[in-house]
Amino acid sequence: MNPIILILGLPLLGFLINGVLGSKLPKSVVGAIGTASVLGAFIIAILNWNIISQPENNSIHLDLFTFLQIDQLSLKVAFQLDRLSIWMTLIITGIGTLIHLYSISYMKEDDGFYKFFAYLNFFIFNMLLLVLGSNFLMMFFGWEGVGLCSYLLIGFWYKNEDYGKAARKAFIMNRIGDLGLLLGMFLIISQFGSLDYSVVFPQIATGNTSTSMLTAISLLLFVGATGKSAQIPLFTWLPDAMAGPTPVSALIHAATMVTAGIYLTVRCQVLFALSPLTNEIILWVGLGTAVMAALIGLKQNDIKKVLAYSTVSQLGFMFVALGTGAYSTALFHVTTHAFFKALLFLGAGSVIHGMHHEQDIRHMGGLKSKMPLTHLTFLIGTLAISGFPLLSGFFSKDEILTAVFLHNKVAYVLLAGSALLTTIYMFRLYFLTFHGQYRNHHHAFDKVHESPMNMTLPLMVLALLSIVGGALNLPTYVTHSDGFLLSWLKPLFIIPQSIHEINHNTEYVLIGIAVLIFVSGFLIARNIFVSKATVPAENSTGLGGILQNKFYVDEFYNKVFVRPLEITSSVLHDLIDGLILRAFTFGIFPMLKLVGRLNKKVQNGNIEMYLLYMVIAIVLLLGVNLIFA
Amino acid sequence: MSEISSLPLPFLILSFITILSALYVVTSKNPVHSVLALILTFFSISAHYILLNAQFLAIVNLMVYAGAIMVLFLFVLMLLNLSKESEPIKSNLWGIAASIAAGMVLITLTAAFQKSGIAVMPAPSEGIGLVKNLGRVLMTEYLVPFELSGILFISAMVGAVLLGKRDKNSEELVDLNNKNNA
Amino acid sequence: MLNVFHNLEISHYIYLSTVLFSIGLFGVLFRRNAIVLLMCIELMLNSVNLLLAAFTEYMGDANANGQMFVFFIMVVAAAEAAVGLAILVMVYRNTRKTDVSFLDQLKD
Repeated sequence: MNPIILILGLPLLGFLINGVLGSKLPKSVVGAIGTASVLGAFIIAILNWNIISQPENNSIHLDLFTFLQIDQLSLKVAFQLDRLSIWMTLIITGIGTLIHLYSISYMKEDDGFYKFFAYLNFFIFNMLLLVLGSNFLMMFFGWEGVGLCSYLLIGFWYKNEDYGKAARKAFIMNRIGDLGLLLGMFLIISQFGSLDYSVVFPQIATGNTSTSMLTAISLLLFVGATGKSAQIPLFTWLPDAMAGPTPVSALIHAATMVTAGIYLTVRCQVLFALSPLTNEIILWVGLGTAVMAALIGLKQNDIKKVLAYSTVSQLGFMFVALGTGAYSTALFHVTTHAFFKALLFLGAGSVIHGMHHEQDIRHMGGLKSKMPLTHLTFLIGTLAISGFPLLSGFFSKDEILTAVFLHNKVAYVLLAGSALLTTIYMFRLYFLTFHGQYRNHHHAFDKVHESPMNMTLPLMVLALLSIVGGALNLPTYVTHSDGFLLSWLKPLFIIPQSIHEINHNTEYVLIGIAVLIFVSGFLIARNIFVSKATVPAENSTGLGGILQNKFYVDEFYNKVFVRPLEITSSVLHDLIDGLILRAFTFGIFPMLKLVGRLNKKVQNGNIEMYLLYMVIAIVLLLGVNLIFA
Repeated sequence: MSEISSLPLPFLILSFITILSALYVVTSKNPVHSVLALILTFFSISAHYILLNAQFLAIVNLMVYAGAIMVLFLFVLMLLNLSKESEPIKSNLWGIAASIAAGMVLITLTAAFQKSGIAVMPAPSEGIGLVKNLGRVLMTEYLVPFELSGILFISAMVGAVLLGKRDKNSEELVDLNNKNNA
Repeated sequence: MLNVFHNLEISHYIYLSTVLFSIGLFGVLFRRNAIVLLMCIELMLNSVNLLLAAFTEYMGDANANGQMFVFFIMVVAAAEAAVGLAILVMVYRNTRKTDVSFLDQLKD
């Protein structure tokens, strides 16, 4: 049996069982089915690792049927498991399994338990569709599917109106990006007559396509990526998406879905490699996002919002890597970020769970003693993302910084600043949550409890991964050869990824700077939040106020896009709908009545009248004929 | 167009009779008078046919119209006992409306014909309207319509007989209606 | 043959026919007695017949197509008169009237 069918089919099966029968099954069974289906997909992917890693046969194909045949264009339902997609599949199903396991406890008391697991399984299915599809259409299906699941899960607690609004916002923002992706696909069809990767990419690689066309296509695809991966200008949905349950934030809005944009770019590596202008745009958009989100993250007080802005910022890092042409580096950071950000979110979820749904870090503090496991794992996550030497984040971030350093010095400085900010806001979060005095007056400190085994086990696994994740792509100065991920992806790229040779001395200096950044960030945060024991004020002023209000981007969008739309809508509603259409719809009945009454006068059954009409008509006809003939 | 006085006398006289009797048909209050006037009209039209070299048509017109159809009309009038001046008079308004409508038709038709060229009738060609020629054409070129008209006649006859037959049920119905009305 | 066609134009027949037709039309509009209506229709038909005969002569058509049409019109007219009168008799039998103004039952 083709492994792709199983990999895709198991989560789908889990979704169907939980979705259809879930309300009748006990919660333990629902949770077990949901987790087992994803775990099954993970195991099958692992088992096929060997097949994929053979140099001569490095992909498995599955052609199901032709979805649509229009003239020469044939859109197939077809999948491929190659080096890139198996990598993504392992991340998705691996972390997915842990998060499913975690959710069993986290969502235990929720009435929509089975629904939650059905959605999660459906999300996994769509995400796998996205990465396993062997053409743009399949990817687009998955792309839309994860958007739908994201919408459903953000608005999971739909009884809260704000959550529903957050879900709609995420959906609409994503749609804007999707439009770009769709247009890009149309351009690909018109240019190459196919959507199959195996047809399109070799054609691009021949270099016969004009650069402007390639730039247009890649820019449109990048617009799609900015929507899904929350980059400027479409990033505002991701922080709001924290309305969903925490496991959702961990799975969808940190580890997997938001990296779809990076996956897309890496998948279309040949396209992006040939459009330098797009690369430059990606670099600066990613850089802007990284800096901006990190600045905002400094002043957020909601534990999940901080992590959300951190995610946006880290996604910016990944796009910077893509912009410099370091595709394997971006994917490396996707991987390590999936580890430690899922860990951080799940840790945050554990804190929220233990604090009885308190999310404001100003009301936390001193949780270290009460939640030892959560504290330890969260610390590891914080260290990893901040770039503590030899942890996973250190290697991936360092690789990005090195790539940028070789590409553009200004960008390097900005990105290093962003990395410093990362360290500061992450330790701010850590110190405020786990150190200092307990500051909550609603819940007694005694009632704070450690989370059950179900929840701490994934934390520990992820913590371990966060520590050793760097081994996936160790830098050259450690192994004296290419990193594992770099060489793993090498056969995939039609145009080889450019690898900059770097002076070893320079490299050591860069590492030194990275360590310095970590240390200084740590010290700054420690100075403010431990030594001075500062607690963020309710409302900051000046620059802090701007940061706390997220640069007023939402307000700006409201003023520029939402308000005019609302005004236009209300004008249309009052004028077109209220006056004109209303008059039409409600005027038809009396009009028909009037016409009927007039007609009754005419059609009075009097034969002579009919004759007279006939004669008049004849005269008119002849007369018209006479006058105009 | 030539002066009326310069037209041949037979045509003028015949036209005069035709129009006068036609007018009498529509204005006479007594239907029987109308029928008689119509017969006179048909006679004059038959005379026109002869002038137009359509001798057979003239005879047929006399026999079919003036003879058969008009007798049928008369017969029905007698049967229904409508000979007296029983017709309700229409209002003047209706008369005016009808005159205007008919006048408009006259004017438009005349105007339409005025556009067509004016041409003198050619010298009569002999024998076109004789039964010999017409019979030949009827039995060759117009054979199918000729047969079809036979079918039409039969169906018309059957229909007329069917309609004219006294229906027992309808009779009872009429009696019932009359009683109710009374 | 009489030289009746001296100075005679086709338009004279056209005018004669038109006048006859209009008189018939006026009768149809003006009279209420259904039998008289039928007679007026016959009058209109005859005006057309006359015109057809005139045009046959004018065209000098050896096949006399126009006259053929007159025949068929006569056939149809005879059939129409027979059926029409039968209907009238039935209407009269049911309503004791031949006045078309009263035949407006379709209204309801």
